[in-house]
Amino acid sequence: MSEKITIKDLAQKPDLLMPGHRLCAGCAAGTIVRLVLKATRGPTIITNATGCLEVATTIFPYSSWKVPWIHNAFENAAATASGIEAAFNAMKRTGKGPLAKYEHVDVIAFAGDGGTYDIGFQALSGAFERGHDFLYILYDNEAYMNTGIQRSGGTPRCAWTTTSPAGSVIPGKREWKKPIARIAAEHEIPYVATASPAYPIDLVRKVRKGLEVEGPAFIHVLSPCTRGWRYPPEKTIKIAKLAVETCFFPLWEAEFKDGEIVYTLSAPSERIARKPELKKPVEEYLKLQGRFSHLFRPKKREDLINEIQQWVDREWKLILKRCGKL
Amino acid sequence: MAVKQIVMGLNGDEAVAYAIKQVDPDVVAAYPITPQTIIVERFSEYVANGEVHTEFVAVESEHSALSACVGAAAAGARAFTATAANGLALMWEILYIASSCRLPIVMAIVNRALSGPINIHPDHSDAMGARDSGWIQIFCENSQEAYDSIIQAWRIAEHPDVQLPVMVCLDGFVLSHTLENVMTLPDDVVKKFVGERKFVTVKNHFGKEVPFILDPENPITIGPLDLYDFYFEHKMQQIDAMGKAPKVIEEIGKEYGELSGRTYGLVHPYKLEDAEIAIVGLGSTMGTAKIVVDKLREKGVKAGLLRIRSFRPFPVQQIIENLKDKKVIGVLDRAVSFGAYGGPLFSEIRNIFYDQDIRPLISNYIYGLGGRDMPPQRLMIIFEDLQKIAETGRIEKTVKYIGVRG
Amino acid sequence: MSSEEKLPGWREIPIAGVTYKPSTEYKTGDWKVYKPVINYEKCTKCMFCYTYCPDGAIKIREDGFPEPDYDFCKGCGICAEECPVKAIEMVKD
Repeated sequence: MSEKITIKDLAQKPDLLMPGHRLCAGCAAGTIVRLVLKATRGPTIITNATGCLEVATTIFPYSSWKVPWIHNAFENAAATASGIEAAFNAMKRTGKGPLAKYEHVDVIAFAGDGGTYDIGFQALSGAFERGHDFLYILYDNEAYMNTGIQRSGGTPRCAWTTTSPAGSVIPGKREWKKPIARIAAEHEIPYVATASPAYPIDLVRKVRKGLEVEGPAFIHVLSPCTRGWRYPPEKTIKIAKLAVETCFFPLWEAEFKDGEIVYTLSAPSERIARKPELKKPVEEYLKLQGRFSHLFRPKKREDLINEIQQWVDREWKLILKRCGKL
Repeated sequence: MAVKQIVMGLNGDEAVAYAIKQVDPDVVAAYPITPQTIIVERFSEYVANGEVHTEFVAVESEHSALSACVGAAAAGARAFTATAANGLALMWEILYIASSCRLPIVMAIVNRALSGPINIHPDHSDAMGARDSGWIQIFCENSQEAYDSIIQAWRIAEHPDVQLPVMVCLDGFVLSHTLENVMTLPDDVVKKFVGERKFVTVKNHFGKEVPFILDPENPITIGPLDLYDFYFEHKMQQIDAMGKAPKVIEEIGKEYGELSGRTYGLVHPYKLEDAEIAIVGLGSTMGTAKIVVDKLREKGVKAGLLRIRSFRPFPVQQIIENLKDKKVIGVLDRAVSFGAYGGPLFSEIRNIFYDQDIRPLISNYIYGLGGRDMPPQRLMIIFEDLQKIAETGRIEKTVKYIGVRG
Repeated sequence: MSSEEKLPGWREIPIAGVTYKPSTEYKTGDWKVYKPVINYEKCTKCMFCYTYCPDGAIKIREDGFPEPDYDFCKGCGICAEECPVKAIEMVKD
């Protein structure tokens, strides 16, 4: 893919996810998958963990996928992808078998935060360690949304979920969001990145890079959920943008080169690094979402909002340091 | 005329590994667990020495092992794995997925007791736990049969009428770790017998009849969400395939017999024709029991045995034919179903005889759990009990436990 | 029960749960309460609406202008929200 690609260029590429799927109106996952598939470069096979995306796009007898696609179980998107990659390698080696005719096959695993942070973590880590050539896309809606908004390892602190409700004693989830992308990077795999559907060109560029790299690649995409985060559906892209603008979800890449993990800030976050006055307070991000409403009503919880701001600042500082911006 | 074969000194695990080497599947994804470890280790050596073209995936758990096999088989590869006991238990959900996705995966199960307490020795609790999963289950008497069955398994699984995964079971340690003379076929004969994997076709969501493979040229979607309007129909398809499997198992067993001189079927009777008393069971204990039957025959007792080779699909007609005119049969179970009336094999055999006008007295003997040894002396106790039942015409206690203290 | 009976039997559907209908046969357009209406005087053909639509329910016409596909549009309003020149209005369906 050429370095400079525009929205208009993207619009020319075929849409490999057909409409008619049953994702909620305004679901970021739909946008994310459409964009990811526009970045494909040749024969592609998809594995998909159980979750919103899998269930909504393949209600029997319908399917929205224009590429070969398999759903196995909840926790094994990475293991299933490993098997497909191994199959292709074997067929290339023997020159026999249905996939031997391809020069290369791209294997992409889609999974939500449930199938990645928690139940799918083992398979993910194993696949990274074995070095399979595949791209893993985490569409993170920060809870087990498909089963009704239960907390996951990716749920941010203080968020309301049905298993970490904001009650009179405990104000939402107590634990912090697991730094899954940094953990992936520490596996010393060739390519890790974070992305947001609000920056489609950046996302597409990263997907293509992940496909081109030899070995495991991991892209953590923030996927705002109108149902679970409690905001009106038209705000999905706005919220995905604010997450980056408040540095709640900074955009960066990490490449393992010559024995070193090299971090690079991506343009939307790099702008903020250069001009810190552009960094918006996290409160602006939180107040738009019903899952954080208990931080504002009946009484504004400055203590909790400050805690979250401190966490955001700490993470941001860590990323800046790693990107050599500090 | 059987082909010329080479005798090799192999234990059960080595025999399985050697058979897989000759089949040379595309993908082997496996995780070690005693007593299957030798299969994985031996196969890793073949890979390291370039003797196979297989892509060996050293997965991080048994769950991932079968998951990787599902991915590989769906992508059109031949995929193999092996496990035992808790490894099989760990991949339990994927067993059902593999069979519902109609993927011809072959798996060796080295039967071992399920924890707990943790026990590495043989019994059939692991395979019995998987009996509802939609896999074909073949139980082997000896390492020779393990070798032969692994080769046949691919043809059974990939048969267009079947398209189901197959597990080949061999008893842990008793078979897996015990040296035996195994007649092995030449490489080219095995290659010719298994042939290339052929694919059935399916109608995809673009209205095209395409090969059942994850192929970018003809995309298909595997593993959708079923609501209550279609799940039952999908299960019927699996039931139908299982119904067609017995014929296929027999056909392949016969074809293999012409090649090797060893014919295999769904059941293997031994001195059963004129027998009055008989035992029925699975696995290596039936091999030991042959000696006991011979001893009894010398004494003039009309004893016999029926070894069931295919537990799933359950060979209803063959069992009825072989056993209906016996006075008493003793069903040996090397597994327990807590809270059930008798062991799993006993329940199934009793079940099929219910509709028969002529049926034997059926007695259950649960034995060998956790590797409790089953030497000829203990088997003799069972036969003596069967003789007593034959004389009195009554079973005092239907379910008995052999070899346990207390 | 009668609606189930009109569905195909187990011998008629593909094995292994392979899907046999494209999702385009399922019109999600009846989900919407509001529908996007594009003011083509203002539209600059920037294609952001097309890019952000989670359903791919905006088509690109021959003349290069975007056109909502009301058969599938769920009325989420992202296109209207993100249009840089506010050329899209959400109108009661």
